[in-house]
Amino acid sequence: MKLKKSAKGNSEISTASLPDIIFMLLFFFMVTTTMRDTKLLVKVIPPDATEVQRLEKKSLVEYIYIGPPVNKKYGDETRIQINDQFISGLHEISEWATTIIINRPEDERKFLTTSLKVHKDTKMGIVTDIKQELRKANALKINYSTRKNLANK
Amino acid sequence: MSKKITEISAGSMADIAFLLLIFFLVTTTMDVDVGITRILPPPLQDSIKIIVERRNLMNIWINKSDRIQVNENEVQVEDIRQLVAEFLANDDFRIEETPPSMPEKKPKAIPLLGQQVYVSKGIISLKNDRGTSYEMYVRVQNELAAAINKLREDFSEKQFGIRYSQLSDEAKLKAVQKQFPMAISEAEPAIIGGN
Repeated sequence: MKLKKSAKGNSEISTASLPDIIFMLLFFFMVTTTMRDTKLLVKVIPPDATEVQRLEKKSLVEYIYIGPPVNKKYGDETRIQINDQFISGLHEISEWATTIIINRPEDERKFLTTSLKVHKDTKMGIVTDIKQELRKANALKINYSTRKNLANK
Repeated sequence: MSKKITEISAGSMADIAFLLLIFFLVTTTMDVDVGITRILPPPLQDSIKIIVERRNLMNIWINKSDRIQVNENEVQVEDIRQLVAEFLANDDFRIEETPPSMPEKKPKAIPLLGQQVYVSKGIISLKNDRGTSYEMYVRVQNELAAAINKLREDFSEKQFGIRYSQLSDEAKLKAVQKQFPMAISEAEPAIIGGN
């Protein structure tokens, strides 16, 4: 049994394929992830649920964030965030939703989903108001964002 | 000369790729968005009033202290699933008659199932207070979805031999959904009142 190879071949491991490996990893992450595009101004810990559906097609989803402000200088009261800012009045929601709907091609409109990311301690009053505003704008498909929790009691 | 052209140092390539990789790792989020999808009713015209017979309706109220009432009784959130599943059950979809304690059925033509099958007329009416917590509301919605999913699972298994969650045939999915629709109605908030 001759296990000993020539000393020359043993001394170095080729790193030529290392860039390729890293690039593969890179592409994997680029494909599987999405950019974090909005900075959250409100704290959102979604409630748990078991009967959840996945939100397909991120491009057809618009988000509304509801929760207490992260920054204490805005107080503790529940605020609504759309895009990168707080809204000042509820009427802005239907205006915003209407604008989104008009700017989409007709065949995409009925697939548009509004994802409500609501902090779990929020009271339903504000959520009901938002739902009414969305109905006014005819943005009828909504999604209550939750965490999937299989260990449900 | 020719030797110089053919050899470009690839030593730093890995470093560049690493930098890019780390950049993407930091700026991206992996989480998939999940949630409970619901379709809101279209804006209401004032004059339209839908009258639903008492036996076809199951009322669920959640008050501001997150306590739940189903029809005449106070219940725990865990009990809702069973109650709803019993209420919307439709053991034989070819027969119209139902016991008076159960909701009526209406005839419907559903592809794959038949020209005249009977779908339960039962509707779950969910009413909440402005002070109800969102967490409880979602839990109740989740229980309702679970009950209907359970009915769909069983029906699919009986009818097609495959569990509903494993069905990939679009037509079969549609058929099961039509047989057991998500019959949840949410009251107009004006009726609820109170804060």
